Amino acid sequence: MQKPLNLLSLRNISWLLLALAMVAAPHVERLPLWVSISTGVLGLWRLYIAQRRLPLFSKWLLFSMLSAGTAGIYLSYGSVFGRDAGVALLVLLIGLKLMEMNSLRDAVLMLFLGYFLVITNFLYSQTILAGLYMLLVVLAITAAWISCNRPSGAYPAKDMLHLAGTLLIQAVPLMVVLFLLFPRVQGPLWGLPQDAYSGITGLSDTMSPGSLSELSLSDAVAFRVKFDDPAPKASTLYWRGPVLWRFNGRTWFARRYEVSKPPELQALDKPLRYTVTLEPHNMNWLFALDMPGTFPPQAGITLDFQILSNAPVRNRMRYEMSSYLKYQTGADEDPAELRRALQFPRVPNPRARELAQSWRRSADNNAAIINQALNLFRNDKFYYTLLPPLLGEHPVDEFLFDTKRGFCEHYASSFAFLMRAAGIPARIVTGYQGGELNAIGDYMIVRQADAHAWVEVWLKERGWVRIDPTAAVSPLRVEAGIAAAVPATDPLPLLVRQDYPWLRQARFVWDAMANNWNQWVLGYTPQRQAQFLTQLGMSEATWQNMAIALLVVAGLVVLVLAGIILWRLRTAPRDPVQKAYRKFCGKLAKDGLARRPAEGPQDYALRLAQTKPQQAEPICSISELYIALRYGTLSDKLAVKRLQLLVSEFEP
Amino acid sequence: MKLAIENYLNRWLFRLKGPEAGPVVLSQRRVFILPTRQGLLFGALLLLLLTGSINYNLSLGYVLTFLLAAMGIISMLHAFRNMLGLHVRPGKTDPVFAGEHASFAVCVDNHRTLPRYAIAVTRDKQVPVFCDVAQNATATAEVSVAAPRRGWLRPGRITLYTRFPLGLFHAWSYVELDSRCLVYPRPDSSKLPPLKPQSDTGASFEAGQGNDDFSGLRPHQPSDSPRHIAWKAAARDYGLLTKQFIGRADTELWLDWNDLPASLEDESKLSRLCRWVLDAEAAGISYGLRLPGKELSLAYGEQHRHNCLEALALFGLQDVEDAKTA
Repeated sequence: MQKPLNLLSLRNISWLLLALAMVAAPHVERLPLWVSISTGVLGLWRLYIAQRRLPLFSKWLLFSMLSAGTAGIYLSYGSVFGRDAGVALLVLLIGLKLMEMNSLRDAVLMLFLGYFLVITNFLYSQTILAGLYMLLVVLAITAAWISCNRPSGAYPAKDMLHLAGTLLIQAVPLMVVLFLLFPRVQGPLWGLPQDAYSGITGLSDTMSPGSLSELSLSDAVAFRVKFDDPAPKASTLYWRGPVLWRFNGRTWFARRYEVSKPPELQALDKPLRYTVTLEPHNMNWLFALDMPGTFPPQAGITLDFQILSNAPVRNRMRYEMSSYLKYQTGADEDPAELRRALQFPRVPNPRARELAQSWRRSADNNAAIINQALNLFRNDKFYYTLLPPLLGEHPVDEFLFDTKRGFCEHYASSFAFLMRAAGIPARIVTGYQGGELNAIGDYMIVRQADAHAWVEVWLKERGWVRIDPTAAVSPLRVEAGIAAAVPATDPLPLLVRQDYPWLRQARFVWDAMANNWNQWVLGYTPQRQAQFLTQLGMSEATWQNMAIALLVVAGLVVLVLAGIILWRLRTAPRDPVQKAYRKFCGKLAKDGLARRPAEGPQDYALRLAQTKPQQAEPICSISELYIALRYGTLSDKLAVKRLQLLVSEFEP
Repeated sequence: MKLAIENYLNRWLFRLKGPEAGPVVLSQRRVFILPTRQGLLFGALLLLLLTGSINYNLSLGYVLTFLLAAMGIISMLHAFRNMLGLHVRPGKTDPVFAGEHASFAVCVDNHRTLPRYAIAVTRDKQVPVFCDVAQNATATAEVSVAAPRRGWLRPGRITLYTRFPLGLFHAWSYVELDSRCLVYPRPDSSKLPPLKPQSDTGASFEAGQGNDDFSGLRPHQPSDSPRHIAWKAAARDYGLLTKQFIGRADTELWLDWNDLPASLEDESKLSRLCRWVLDAEAAGISYGLRLPGKELSLAYGEQHRHNCLEALALFGLQDVEDAKTA
């Protein structure tokens, strides 16, 4: 028994600081260094204060620190709003709040802020690992919370964690029900800060030397594909993305997107059907195999076969597609379009222009010029590498005649330039090439490392024809993927390398899990929820129906859980010593000498002995034995037996 | 109106029908549960998390929100279970003097398989006493009740509650235990005339005041020897008194109702007699007590002191109380 304390013990504070440190840790890499350091220092300082029982910070000091901190964040981010600045401010605020936290109530408020910090972590990462780590964090916060609710005495850390774990495990069934049935609303509810989706990797609407090779260093998944039929050959897998038209001598730019009626496409094959699960990339492109025959309902198609979603892809998105691997298109292309495909700047790259014009003079048809260009790449000691040398003022010239080392964007860019210079309409197509089959999940993974660029030229009679100049230099790139094509010394991401078979196997298992995670946890959107619930037999997945189903199922789950939780509270097996003594008291109660509520065994024995002097001896020995067994150090089976015997022999 | 509702609630909802004999078992029907202020704050946090999850389309945000919500509901069951099936019975309660605080012991027995944590015992929103009750164990909490008047004092409605484990829910139960505390009269603290020792043998007064045998107490005067100060009485905060001695043994002291001035009120008389009993006990002499209709013969010791004080405490009240308990 202890007097209640609304004050925090050192133990409470240590737990709280541990939990908060755990939840803030993943933010450290994103926060300005000064925020991390000052918050860390404040935390340690609070611990020191608790240990030494020093006074807390005064309101004025805290207020001035808060003002300075806010100003600092404004200087670091240019704003105090927005995702990154908001998180930094929150972390700093928690650090400062620690310095005036004095009561258990304050501590619980801090823990609630801790739960809120958990969700801010999900703004940056929602992978399985992040989820598991945050589960650990939630366990720690909950344990700290429990410790704040036990004013009487210390609670062993093991018990506290055990109880927190029990609470969380018992919460899981109800959480699953809520997750599946709670009527989902498509966000956002209000405008998101501008930096909400920064830091997402993916293709952009420009291409300059080095931009794709940089992307190739990332093993992040771009999208996953499930084919209805067996997957086609790797060399045919060209995933079409942004199409670039305008060239300034170094960089290629996309045109302003215009969604039109579907362009004319002549299929020479039966359609290939598949489903793409696209990772968010904050752009509008939806990737599809060359050439897309249809487009998803929430998107449109441009004249150059780019599929554009109506809104930037900010959440994982699933769509069904069908494509024709053999096709013909653009035979009667608009002359204005063809003029656009011939534009190139006059100033830089004079040597390349001269070379192309010499080809034009000597060749009798366009096909011959194309072959000459491809032969140049094939025979003139060009290297395919992730680490090309930097290029100067005349990027195409320097690459073609001097360095001769480049990644796909170098080849595609210089090839398209040569074509345009030679008078053949050409455009750059960027996207991904290849993909890796995951036998475990039976789907294909396309990573950022598979980013690729190729060229489409326009030929009379045949229309737009795909030419991949990289394939001329490194046929392996197209047939076996990037890992086979680049030199082993290039810094390719570990997960894309092919050196370790067991690693690849483990990676496939992991990615299959990640895929399920994406499909069921992260991709559980309002559409998917409606689809899932109709599959389960809900006639119409309206929010009313969902609310009713939620109430019914959640009610049942709570009832079952209540049953289990209360069932664990059974009557304890009675102590034999107490049982015997109760029997003794019962016998006397029948005789009109019941033990009074507040009467201890000693007083009772005294009263009994006074009223029944002839029975004093057995009464005293029973009482003494009982007191020794129950309150004393005596714990002997024989003594218990003796007590039971004495009681059964006792006749009042 | 408010009082009527309260009475109705007490009778119907909380089943309070006066003191209950024996251990009170906190059955499902007797344990009530409501969210605390912290629980409402937690609800607000959940709303905030939900809004954030919707706005940023955070699937794991939904998972977190729903996990915490579910945990809140589960914690309600835990709080309820933490109270359920406890046995509450009165413990030992020592008599006090009027004007002091009586301390009622409340025993909480746990005959179930699970330990109970942070059970608070309180009365009238006083600062609660928290206790843990292990499996098959008993915890004792003391509830303090002001005792303004002599006689029997009942603790009234005692509240047991718990907010364990998360503090989101307040599970409570009211009990009225069949327990009572004897309240002695308030000892008179004014300057008293010295105790008037008497003797059955009749000769003591002739011996005059001397140093041999203790005869009584009188207020201290500066000229008195410090050796004769009644330190025991001083320690009890009765002021400085000087022990008086007479030259013969077998002094006996009768504390008689009728010796007190008739002008005094009954309560003041009891108060003064109470003081004399304490002084006599502190001084270590035999004393007897004469009240109208009651006489306690000469004796000395803790038990005798209690009997005398009890007689004073219950003077004129006994019948009323007996009628009530019968």
